[in-house]
Amino acid sequence: MALLNELAKKKEGLVNGHRLCPGCTHSVIMRQVLAAADTDKYEIVAAAATGCFEVSTGLYPYTSWNMSWIHNAFENAASTISGVEAMYKVWKKKGKTNKDIRFIAVASDGGTYDIGLQALSGAIERGHQFLYVCNDNNAYQNTGNQRSSATPFGANTTTSPNGTIKHGKEQPKKDIMSVLEGHHMQYIAQASPSNWRDLMDKVKKALDVNGPTYINVIEPCTTGWGFPAQDAIKIAQLAVDTCVWPIYEVVEGKVIINYKPKNKLPVEDYLKPQKRFAHLFKKGNEHLIEEYQKQVDRHWEWLLKREEAGIGY
Amino acid sequence: MSEKLLDWNEVLIGAAIKDPGNSKSYETGSWRVERPVWNPDTCIQCMFCWVYCPDSSILVDKDGKMSGIDYDHCKGCGICVEQCPSKPKSLTMLLESEVKGKSEEEIRKEVFSK
Repeated sequence: MALLNELAKKKEGLVNGHRLCPGCTHSVIMRQVLAAADTDKYEIVAAAATGCFEVSTGLYPYTSWNMSWIHNAFENAASTISGVEAMYKVWKKKGKTNKDIRFIAVASDGGTYDIGLQALSGAIERGHQFLYVCNDNNAYQNTGNQRSSATPFGANTTTSPNGTIKHGKEQPKKDIMSVLEGHHMQYIAQASPSNWRDLMDKVKKALDVNGPTYINVIEPCTTGWGFPAQDAIKIAQLAVDTCVWPIYEVVEGKVIINYKPKNKLPVEDYLKPQKRFAHLFKKGNEHLIEEYQKQVDRHWEWLLKREEAGIGY
Repeated sequence: MSEKLLDWNEVLIGAAIKDPGNSKSYETGSWRVERPVWNPDTCIQCMFCWVYCPDSSILVDKDGKMSGIDYDHCKGCGICVEQCPSKPKSLTMLLESEVKGKSEEEIRKEVFSK
């Protein structure tokens, strides 16, 4: 992997002037993804699902994408990019182009976990060559923090509010990584923008696979999660250090954990700075934090065991 | 937003935009309440501010080194200051109201000479 100075000299794939909130990590992730792509060797074509990122970077008549980019609808980033990829293959066969083009689809958790799941599943099953990047901000933040299936247990959203009887979302977060593993893809990974080198390595690896690949990235949302804008990267780092967001990859079914925190922090450290979890720290709600910790530990141990077993398919 | 927008019969089919990256002409710097100020004397050129900047507002020279901040687009989130690893920090936040009318050199002297 090249040094940051080398990468900084490259042409930016995503330029400024977009209307994301100050301190939004959507653009941080995408800048890292596009910087990692080896644009000397190949070109990138991207598609985006509706979401915060699409509405703020593609505000007609402006675009922040310094490259070929297409947007279609909320649910079909994956099928749009597979259509583009299929056309590229035909063009190549007919000799209309001899460029090497790689494809990236970007969506948030709403367009991946919920609305875009069937389009994503279909595109993967058909085996198109594309990298799907999910910027997981844990809720429908574009419309003002409504609960999605990516919202973690206990989080306060406008559709799973904290009250006297119920305390935030009751269900645990959907394990999308396991859902996608069922498609037996060659490469699936989870990453965080705070660990930029790891994220860039994963993007590079994924783009070189001749088939569908998926990277799930945590995207701390300053307005929805309720923390000061400057702490965005710190929150992502805390999610990694508390194992709420383990950084790992699944290569042909084999789990490789890329980062094991030396001392695993308690989940309180991650929950405390966020307003959406403030009610968990009220008297009488201690059992909710315990439950949260239990869920995190269970998942982390399951991953450690899977890595130890080293079984692929 | 100074240029004239397209008329209905000039819009391309599929709302295509011919000019990629044209949002650069839209300046988001006016959103800022606080601004980061850079001190080149203590900067170690780690480029962490560049890699974590959400608004591509860290200016880079031809050697890939940091050479300043793009105040036309910086929204003043403060991530660069938070992530700056040098000791003392080479970036610091100042209220916009405090720096009004002063040149960058003056501001730098005022903040970092203490």
